[in-house]
Amino acid sequence: MDLQSQESILRASQTHDKADLVVLLGSPDPESASIAAETVVVGDPSFAGALAGAQLGLLTYHVLEEEVHADIPDDVWDAQIGVMADVLEAGALAETVAAIRAQA
Amino acid sequence: MLKGKKVIAVGERDGISGPAIAACAKAAGAEVVFVATECFV
Amino acid sequence: MPDVVISAASQVLAHVPSLARHGSKPRRELPKSAEQVEKFAAALRSFDDAAAYPPHQAWIGNVHPRDLPARPWADNAGAPRRTGRFGEVMPEEEFLGLLAAVDEFELLALSPETAKAAAAALAGHPLAKAFDLDRIEKAADDIEAVAAEPKALRLTDGAVMRCAQADDESLSAHVLIDNLAAKATAALALLHLLERSGIDPASVDYVLGCGEEAIGDRYQRGGGNLAKAVAEAAGLTEASGADVKNFCAAFVPALVVASSLVSAGVFGRVAVISGGSMAKLGMKFQGHLAKGLPIMEDVLGGTACLIEADDGRSPRVRLDVVGRHRVSAGGSAAEVMKALAVEPLVRHGMAMTDVDDYATELHNPEITEPQGSGNVPERNYRTIAALSAAKGDIDRTDIASFVAERGMPGFAPTQGHLASALCYVPHALDRLTTGDARKVLLLAKGSLFLGRMCQLSDGMSVLLERNEGR
Repeated sequence: MDLQSQESILRASQTHDKADLVVLLGSPDPESASIAAETVVVGDPSFAGALAGAQLGLLTYHVLEEEVHADIPDDVWDAQIGVMADVLEAGALAETVAAIRAQA
Repeated sequence: MLKGKKVIAVGERDGISGPAIAACAKAAGAEVVFVATECFV
Repeated sequence: MPDVVISAASQVLAHVPSLARHGSKPRRELPKSAEQVEKFAAALRSFDDAAAYPPHQAWIGNVHPRDLPARPWADNAGAPRRTGRFGEVMPEEEFLGLLAAVDEFELLALSPETAKAAAAALAGHPLAKAFDLDRIEKAADDIEAVAAEPKALRLTDGAVMRCAQADDESLSAHVLIDNLAAKATAALALLHLLERSGIDPASVDYVLGCGEEAIGDRYQRGGGNLAKAVAEAAGLTEASGADVKNFCAAFVPALVVASSLVSAGVFGRVAVISGGSMAKLGMKFQGHLAKGLPIMEDVLGGTACLIEADDGRSPRVRLDVVGRHRVSAGGSAAEVMKALAVEPLVRHGMAMTDVDDYATELHNPEITEPQGSGNVPERNYRTIAALSAAKGDIDRTDIASFVAERGMPGFAPTQGHLASALCYVPHALDRLTTGDARKVLLLAKGSLFLGRMCQLSDGMSVLLERNEGR
């Protein structure tokens, strides 16, 4: 994950109550989703950034997961997400991120 | 599950961008505290 | 408005394995481990392997991307063919000479052996009379002494780049070789275009650059205008130029601006050029080494195309069918595609099945997949197909065949603008003249957010159409 993003997320986790924080990811495939999810849950897997070894344990979802979709009004979902829900493998993405979420 | 929460939106250019996620989160009643979009090409 | 055409297009590759370690990712990562440095060096490709590599053959026009063999491409490569209908793959030995030949400020120093070999090889090049071979010999120097100068950069065993100002970051050796490489590759492509089209160089009035280099100094970091430098290097005595800056998406606005200039009668002939991005060399090397693959980001691309008034035969640029991604549009990949692929066609009463070829981001998936970045062209095409199905132009069950017939495998180096529709232009000219295509849509996208001035992407599209004659 971008190094500056890692620093910003680290700061956010120090500024806000972790119980209030939710990370939503928009990665297009399982491989990049797992790297992003790992970074904010158990630490930067490439050990390059501020979140190397950080183990923030942030509550993390992929935006295409059912639980997230259910919270978003249809018109906004259609405008912002639209066909990407079909184009991207929502099932595989959900599975990947859920597995890492469980490690929090 | 998003209402009243503070959302960190990390999007990807080839998937769902940060701003798109943020718009969804706001519509769901969350506050967005960080937005970014990654690009790997 | 008066019709405008793209009458010629060329593109080239320079094979630069020794320069790959100077790409942004390798130069930051390699110094961390001597073992990685060794592995990297051992994984570099020979010229023959790079020239034979099927995506490179597609780049220079020996095969259409849809006719590429099965993957892995290196296993199904034919013989190395240095030249193709669109241009050539130039070996490193010659490219070092070409760099020196376009180096007006004598910043590049070559060892006497390197200079001599380069000059001799380039003297035998079909475009030799266009190269300043004297300047190559003048670049010969005591490179150990030059390497010892403050802020000099050792490029290869036989080449060192000086900085222009030791305390100006914008004139560092690194930035300057980046820019010089872009200049050299763009100039080579333009020279190929001139040769193949046979036009009088003095007939070109203007050149627009669409690459992503940053030319300037401390006070004007992005001043730009590589276009005019390339025009001079290619002997376009009557041309001036300017650059169009839009990250990876720049080619389409450059094409639209060039076409508009000709259509409006401001200029008669406008060239659009771009060079390669050294910073992107070896970008995905970690994934390649991890999977036992060669360093595949070892080539620099260069492109050139020519826009002029309707000649009765070349593909027309439909200035009335231009798509753009507005500030107010949504940010997801689907919203961008809607703006670029759907909206302009709908506005003209066209179905998405009226377009024979969609040229979108064509990054070579063999480069991106090992590093976990997926198959970019496929994602783009599936999005376009899904949008077609959503609007009822095709059935959902036809999504796969839409992708196969109107899309294509990626074949471009991971150098932003080169991959973003631009590399398909010479193929599009073929398809729309000797081939059976009637319409080709060029779609380019750019990640503006990388510059930290906004969270937006941008994109632009334009339709090319077969010329039915006057």
